Amino acid sequence: MSTSSTPSTPTIGTARVVPPARPVPSASAALVSDTFLIFGRYLRQTVSAKIGLIFGIIQPLLFLILFGPLLRDVPLGGDGDSWQTLVPGLLVQLGLFSAAFAGFGILIEKQHGVVERMRVTPVSRLALLLGRVLKDIVQMLVQSVVLVVVGVAFGLRAPLLGVLIGFGFVALMTASLASLSYALAMRVDSPQEFAPVVNSVNLPVMLLSGILLPMSLAPGWLDGISRGNPLRYQVQAVRSAFVGDYGGTVGMGVLTALGLVAVSVVLGVRVFRRAGA
Amino acid sequence: MTPVIHTTGLARTFTTKRGTVEAVRGIDLTVPAGEILGFLGPNGAGKTTTLRMLTTLLAPTGGSATVAGHDLLHDSAGVRRRIGYVAQSGGVDPAVSVREELTTQARLYRLDKADARARAAELAADLDLLDLLDRPCAALSGGQRRRLDIAMGLVHHPDVLFLDEPTTGLDPGSRVDLWHLIRRIRDEWGTTVFLTTHYLDEADALADRLVVVDHGRVVAQGTAHALKTEYAGSPNASLQDAFIAITGRRTPAPSETPIAV
Repeated sequence: MSTSSTPSTPTIGTARVVPPARPVPSASAALVSDTFLIFGRYLRQTVSAKIGLIFGIIQPLLFLILFGPLLRDVPLGGDGDSWQTLVPGLLVQLGLFSAAFAGFGILIEKQHGVVERMRVTPVSRLALLLGRVLKDIVQMLVQSVVLVVVGVAFGLRAPLLGVLIGFGFVALMTASLASLSYALAMRVDSPQEFAPVVNSVNLPVMLLSGILLPMSLAPGWLDGISRGNPLRYQVQAVRSAFVGDYGGTVGMGVLTALGLVAVSVVLGVRVFRRAGA
Repeated sequence: MTPVIHTTGLARTFTTKRGTVEAVRGIDLTVPAGEILGFLGPNGAGKTTTLRMLTTLLAPTGGSATVAGHDLLHDSAGVRRRIGYVAQSGGVDPAVSVREELTTQARLYRLDKADARARAAELAADLDLLDLLDRPCAALSGGQRRRLDIAMGLVHHPDVLFLDEPTTGLDPGSRVDLWHLIRRIRDEWGTTVFLTTHYLDEADALADRLVVVDHGRVVAQGTAHALKTEYAGSPNASLQDAFIAITGRRTPAPSETPIAV
């Protein structure tokens, strides 16, 4: 058990025992190992709690099962059938309703003093955010697979590459929405303050991204407003990928997704870094 | 010997909608290595704000400080590596096991996996937590929880351990046990202990030296014996009387509400 860096317990009365100075790891090596440490902690918690895995997916599943069949013969103005239009939208909805609430966990942890306890350690501030976000991405991908598999059972047919691209968008979207959610949770004091903010942002964003029905059905003014919503381009990109078209629409989706990730992560890290936050 | 904590004019102001609030106006403090320091003050005196600055949770807006050999303002990462902090609320997740919390904490201080496991077992043995390692933290009694909280602050052999009102909410028996533990930490490892408390009997029994703050400044310091003699007129007077003479108030309030940033 005893290695050179773990001094054995001294007996009562000895003078101060100074452990050998631990070499300070390089910043990037520390970031990677800290991130995986935080990732592992929250992944274990999510797996053992189970509830988080079910929570976010219920709503998209209900839409798929109880709303999807209504669209079968409705002209939606896009390529492919109704499932190729609906399931990509539901993948984005999953992100909105699951990743956007990721901050809830940190609110509970703040009440137990866990966040503060970690902030007093030398752990990388960036890792405190990235480790959690990485866990959210894994969780969201598992949920996405479930959603697509149920979709296939209901009649979805889409190229494998297109579906994988769709999962890629889920990952990027989770990175941005979860970062924003954590940033918000660090700034507010209670779930009572947190939930109304997320809800009041989520609903208009969802309606303006064409998640349930494509925005090509919208009148000009509504279509115009929705062009200011970055998620619109990601919904379009996933739909495009699901019908095997990997051209400009997907490219536009990637650009907006990466832009949103950059802004959100920078904002998230700033909040995590701020002393006293 | 170089002091473990040395501050000069350490200050913090908060800007609120109604103007600027000087929570800490300028704290001059010197804490030698191996001391148990009791940090006292009435509600709103700046106790919590000072503690949060010394533990890197809050950036000072004035003054300078060295903590555990590192500059607080320019090397907070260096300070973090050498200090332990136990908040009043602790800091463990009730759903997580004692073993996992201790191991994770050691890993946050960059011990490798094997060392972290060994250190968790070593501390558990030392702080009488061995039988509880695989229990969730929620299953622990008040006294056990406090011992775990303190173990969490010791995983990396810190030079100085900050304890924020460590015995609040404990039954009298557990309080006395915790006093013994705190003394043992100092005696065995030479760890400097900086503790805030609102129990004057605790400060009297436990601390080598007391620092009383009020209105954001140090208003008195010395051994309990010296403070009683100077402010209450006799070494046999109660610390309560000395405290009233110093601050004009009856007792340090149980908890100071930190001003929101």
